[in-house]
Formats: sequence, structure tokens, C-alpha cells
Amino acid sequence: MAEWTLMDRCCDKCWHTVEYPCKHFIRCTVEGPLCHESAECRVKRKRRIEELKYGKYGIKIKVPISSCTLAAGAKEVYDAVSKEVLSSGLNADITISGCMGLCYLDPWIELSKKGLPTAIYVNVKPGDVPKILKEYLSGDLSNAFALRADPEGIYKNYKVPLLNDLTLWSNQVRFVSRGCGVLNPESIEDYIISNGFRGLDKILNMHPKNVIEFVKKSGLRGRGGAGFPTWMKWEIAQSQVSDIKYFIVNADEGDPGAFMNRLLAESDPYRVIEGMIIGAYAVGASKGYIFVRAEKPLMADRLSKAVEEIRKYGLLGRNILGSGFSFDIEVILSAGAFVCGEETALISAIEGRTRPRQRPPYPATRGLWDKPTVINNVETVAHVATVFQVGVEEFTKYGTEKSKGTKMFCVTGCVSRTGAYEVPIGMSLSKLVYDLAGGPPDGKKVKAVQIGGPSGGCVPSNLLNTPVDYESLQSAGAIMGSGGVVVIDEDSCMVDVAKFFTSFTLAESCGKCFTCRVGMKLLYDILKNITEGKGSEEDLELLNELSDVIIGSSLCALGGTAPNPIKSTLRYFRDEYVAHIKDRKCPAKVCPNLVEYWIDPAKCVGCGLCVKACPTNFITGERGKPHSIDPSKCIRCSQCFITCPQGAVIKR
Amino acid sequence: MDSVKERSVDEVVSTILGKYNQRHHLMRILQEVQSNYGYLPREALEKISQSTGIPLSDIINVATFYHQYRLEIPGYYIFLVCMGTACHLKGNQDNYNVLRNTLGIKKGNTSSDGLVSVEKARCFGCCSLAPVMMVVSRDGCERYLHGNVDIKETKKLALTYRSMASKKVRSGE
Repeated sequence: MAEWTLMDRCCDKCWHTVEYPCKHFIRCTVEGPLCHESAECRVKRKRRIEELKYGKYGIKIKVPISSCTLAAGAKEVYDAVSKEVLSSGLNADITISGCMGLCYLDPWIELSKKGLPTAIYVNVKPGDVPKILKEYLSGDLSNAFALRADPEGIYKNYKVPLLNDLTLWSNQVRFVSRGCGVLNPESIEDYIISNGFRGLDKILNMHPKNVIEFVKKSGLRGRGGAGFPTWMKWEIAQSQVSDIKYFIVNADEGDPGAFMNRLLAESDPYRVIEGMIIGAYAVGASKGYIFVRAEKPLMADRLSKAVEEIRKYGLLGRNILGSGFSFDIEVILSAGAFVCGEETALISAIEGRTRPRQRPPYPATRGLWDKPTVINNVETVAHVATVFQVGVEEFTKYGTEKSKGTKMFCVTGCVSRTGAYEVPIGMSLSKLVYDLAGGPPDGKKVKAVQIGGPSGGCVPSNLLNTPVDYESLQSAGAIMGSGGVVVIDEDSCMVDVAKFFTSFTLAESCGKCFTCRVGMKLLYDILKNITEGKGSEEDLELLNELSDVIIGSSLCALGGTAPNPIKSTLRYFRDEYVAHIKDRKCPAKVCPNLVEYWIDPAKCVGCGLCVKACPTNFITGERGKPHSIDPSKCIRCSQCFITCPQGAVIKR
Repeated sequence: MDSVKERSVDEVVSTILGKYNQRHHLMRILQEVQSNYGYLPREALEKISQSTGIPLSDIINVATFYHQYRLEIPGYYIFLVCMGTACHLKGNQDNYNVLRNTLGIKKGNTSSDGLVSVEKARCFGCCSLAPVMMVVSRDGCERYLHGNVDIKETKKLALTYRSMASKKVRSGE
């Protein structure tokens, strides 16, 4: 017989079924029984909740399984944990969790045992697992990275810091990401015991207009990039008269450098879906789609599984919990195109077509199959669910006058603590880069921070006190975008960075508008010439002028923002462009044609490895004596630079 | 893959069209065809057009617009090398070159023995472990992510997956 779960009926007195649902089902799962009094049923729930929290035997081992931890080897760690538990005969529950966002610590595991603090071990290798388990269970926590919590203040003698005491955690406000790395993303029970679906429970008794009013009070703005007030979009769609309306969640997270949607949907998929159901109820949508990016298959798997699970318990489908409201969701796997992040292109993709179209009419009035359609970002709907669960005040406590609440940022590139951080809107970039992400490793200097992906811009290091909110970033020449922050240090060339983004948007331009299709290619060619030392000074003017033409004459946001990386690097790093053009030098020594490879005779030991690596055979020298490169024949493939074990090959 | 070979393209397409046959299902139909073959055989596209009435040009428009679709048969394993910002800054272009060199790919994306392909890919969202590459099998059943790969590791991965592919192909999988 299958185990009894919180989602099942506790006894014959409970009459709830999917066909004839009980209104109080959600609250009853945890707080119940509500319709009858039974000590036995109450204890049954309590025991199950205890079991979910600490495991059947009082020992629980959590291994995070998400795309980032898998890339760091979490599968191997999971297998090692299973093997160790089996072979040592230990009675312990092994569960999975999502990612807590501190990706530089991957893979990590969390151990909890009744009577001991819950401890997190990081950068775990499969071979370490037996030792970690043994130490922890014997009460020796000295090798743990941090302790989860210390509610009674009695864990001081373990001499392990609390997660909350670390700057990288204490500076965060885990609002929407509260369940990430904590909950089991494949367990609906785990979600429901941590206040899950309480938002849905609340709104089913509210008038849709009041739901929208509630969101208006929170001041929530779209987290996908543009920052459009969520309530406004909903109100427009709600006021439309139509036989059918659609609610789409845009999970086509395509900005390179942004992965907060993947993280949220992989780690806490139920929250995303709860927010979506709330939104659909508010606007009166009966059909929903989650459009997931093809490159993030685990996100699609987790969301599909969650949808199936929720449907099984009647929280999706016909007449949800007897409210008379019907809504169902389909998860669609995108076939991959950056432009699909744009809402009209996303609609085209769901219709089986390609390319964006003219706005207005906006999707809220005429969207999918010409019906009113709301499109919200993953993080936005997850915020909706959380705001309804915990109340508006918890949310409006944070943020700025114009932008309330928190936002997740993914800080990557040249920082020592790469990961996703949730902070109040309006925190300064420098706090995000230094206090949270730890700044660049090995004492290097930050040159710029690229924010907003290919549509965003670079903020130079002297403007790092810029607060991260929609308006301030825009005036600094960047955009909030989805919140991808890539830190660039002195080793990167800004012209090369601009070229990189241009090559990206050039390849992703759908080709519909002439200026975007051809203009981006022209921009790319000019940048390519500059990085190859063939640029002229007029090029800089041309870059600016052409950028403005593309921005002004493109139909969708892709073309309308694609030249941003060029404009912002021209604005702040003009001297680097000039160095490439006038001095024919790349100051960061990145652009191959402007770099000379030279072997330092003082360091070269004459091992001959570079000679073998050189594809053109223009490195010469006797064995055991310093070698040299013929600069006139060098093709700058950098193979010798990569190969040299002494670091004697130098770029200059 | 043998079971697929035994079934004709007609049969495979008919099965898929039995599940989805609307215009807006096109993306999914093509995804299912690709998961059977690892690419979109021309024959299958023609069959879809005949059965659904969607013009072949429309189908090819969709098949070439989205990155996921391939029109040529790939190797048994496919390296997807992330070309996102963080991976670019941390040298994945070098890794890409090393993969191609190690596998001896000069033209196209697939090694001459047909065992391994190397493709550039868009961001997987594992930027904090940059540089990242994903390896998938042609039938879509296997998926491996590798983070923090340097040139040495890249070479090792190339050789490992090539020998895995040759074993699988020899054993007739």
C-alpha cells in the first residue's frame, strides 16, 4: 500500500475528491482536519510533517539536483551518498533539493539529524562522502561550511558560522527564492507545508478585481526586464470581453548570463505555477502555456512534473476547488530562438510560426490567436504567489519608491562567488559585486559590469555606486533586463565584448526588419575591422549613427536594444576603441591580431612543448635553451601560450 | 536507433501526426521527428507537408528559424559548447577550437567517422560554472553537463565521448 501523504484523505469523514472538491482542501492538508474533530487525524498530519522535515528516521541528507549542481558533479555525489547509506546500513532519508544560488560552492550537501544543527558541506567530492557522514553523525561539525539556522542560539560551541551570519547571505532578502535549495522541487507536500498554495486558497474567495487591486497595492513590476506594472497588464486583459483568454509564462530565458528563471523553476516549480493560476484567475484566462527554453531541459521536466502533480489533486483543471474557475496549463518546449523572449515572437512560436509582429495591438488586448493574452515572466509570477502568501507589507518593505520588493540577480564572470542573489531593488551595484559576489579573484580590478545581457550595457567601475533599479540603470546606459550581471575585469577587451554581443544579436536577428538584419551585420563588420587593426577614426561616428538608426527603426525590442552594448562601451571606453584604431594595440591583449607573442628567455627552459604545439612550426630553439617565435610568421593561434608549462610565452 | 531504421519515415511521421496534427503543433511535431532521428530528414518534412497541408516552405521556415533543429545527421554524441557571455569571457571559444582539433573536424560539425559532432550553443544558464559544455546523445536519451572545463579537460572529454560513441555504434545501439 502506498504511503499516506498530506494530499490524501485522512479518514472516511473527509469527502474531498477532485470531482467534488472541498473548498478548504489546501488549508486542511496541514492544519486539518477542519470539518471534523479527530485526534487521530491530527496526529497523522503532525507525524507526516515531522517526517517530511526530518526524515523517517530522524536523519536526512539533501543533495541538490539542478542544472548547475549537475554540471559540478552532483549526480556523482548523490550516487556516492546512496551507496554509503546502503553499505553502512544507516537509516536515513536521501532527498533532492534545488539550488540555493551559491553556485561557486557546488556541489553541496545538507545533513540534518534531530538534536544536531543542520549543516551544509560544500564543494563535496564523491570520495569525501563517507568521511563527511561519519563526522557529522558523531557530532563533529568542524568541516561544515555553515549551519542552516540556530533558532535557540545554542550552537555557538560548534564554531561553524551560521549561514545568516555570512555577508553573502545576510545581505540578501530571500523573498521569492525562499524555497530554492530548501524544498524538494519534486514534492508537492514539501511546498504545501511551507505555506504553499495559501495564496491560491486566499484568492479563490476574492473577486478578480480585488486580486488585481491587491497586486496594484504591492507595486509589483514585471521582472522580465521592462518593468511594466503587473497589475496594469492584468487589468487591461481582465477588462476585455472574449470567449477565451490566455495566460502565458515566459520561461524562454535567453539572456546569456541570466539564470534566475531556470533556478526558480527548477528549485521551486510549484511557486511559479501557483502564481500563474492566481494571475489566470485575476484576468479570467482558461488556458495557460509555459514556454520553456530548449537549452534548459531540466526546467521543462520539473515544471511538467509539477503541473501533472497539481492536476492530480484538482488544483488545476475544471472547477478548481469548487470555485467555478477552470484553468489548465501546457508546458511547451521552445525550439530555441533568442527573439522568442519578445512577447509577440513568443506568441508566434506557440502558434507554430516564426518572428515578432507589430505592437499595438498589445497582447493584453489581442495576443495568442488574436485573443486577450497576458505574458508574465517566471520571476514575476513567483513573486505574485509569494506576495499573496505572506502579504503586501512583507514585500513593500523592500525596494525603492518606484520599484518595490526584491529582484534576483545572477552575478557571473570574474568574481570569486558566482551565483544568484536576491536583493532589495535599489542596492548598489558595488555591494552586489563586492559584498555578495566577493569581487574579482586574485586581487584583479573590475573594469566594467555588463548588465541586462545583449540588450543591456556596460557600467564602468567608477559608476558602481549606481543603485540597481529600472530607472537608474537606464540613465547609466544599461538596463535591468532579466538581471544578468557579468563582471568584466582588466583582462577583457571592451571592443571584443561589444563584438561578442553584436555577433550574438546578429545571429539572433529574425531578419524581418531590414535595419536590424543588415545594420547589425554592418556593425559587426566595423567592430571586426577595429579588432583586427583595420579600423579608422570615422568608424566610431559611423557606429554611433548606425546604432541610432537600428534602434529607431526596428519593430521589436531585439533590434531596438541590440546596439546598446556598442553605445555604452563607446560612451565609457572610447579610449580602448581609439587604442585599437590609432596605436593598433589591444590594451587588454585579447584581440589576436593586435597581440604579439614573445618568449621570455629568462623563463623559458627549452622543453620544446611549444614547438610541438605550434601548427606553423615557426618556433625555434635548441633543446634546453630559450626558444623564440618568428613574429612575422606567427598566426597568433595562442597554442604556445596555452601549452607553455612555465608561463614563458607572453602576450605583448 | 535500429528500431527506427526498421520503421519507415512514413510510419514514424504517421505515429507523431496521430498525436499532433494542428498547425500550431508544428514545433512539437518537428521536435518529435528530431528525437527519433537526431535530425530532420527531408523525407519526413515532405511527409508532414503532404499529410497536414502545411506548405513545405512553411515547414522549412520553422525548421531553419529555430536553432534546435538540424537538417543533417549529427554524430552519436553532440558537444554543445556554450557561447554565453560568461563562457565567452572564460575561454570557451578556445575549448571549441580544441574540440574540433582533437576530433579532427575541419568542415561542417561532425567528425569524419560520424561519431561525434561539435556545435555552438546558446546559454544553458549554468554561467556560474563557466565555461560549460553539454553533451547529448543523438536520440536525446543521454544528457551530461560539464562545468569549469579547461583545455586539458576538454581534450579528455573529446576522447572519452568518442570512444563511448564507437563502443555504442559497434554494439549496434
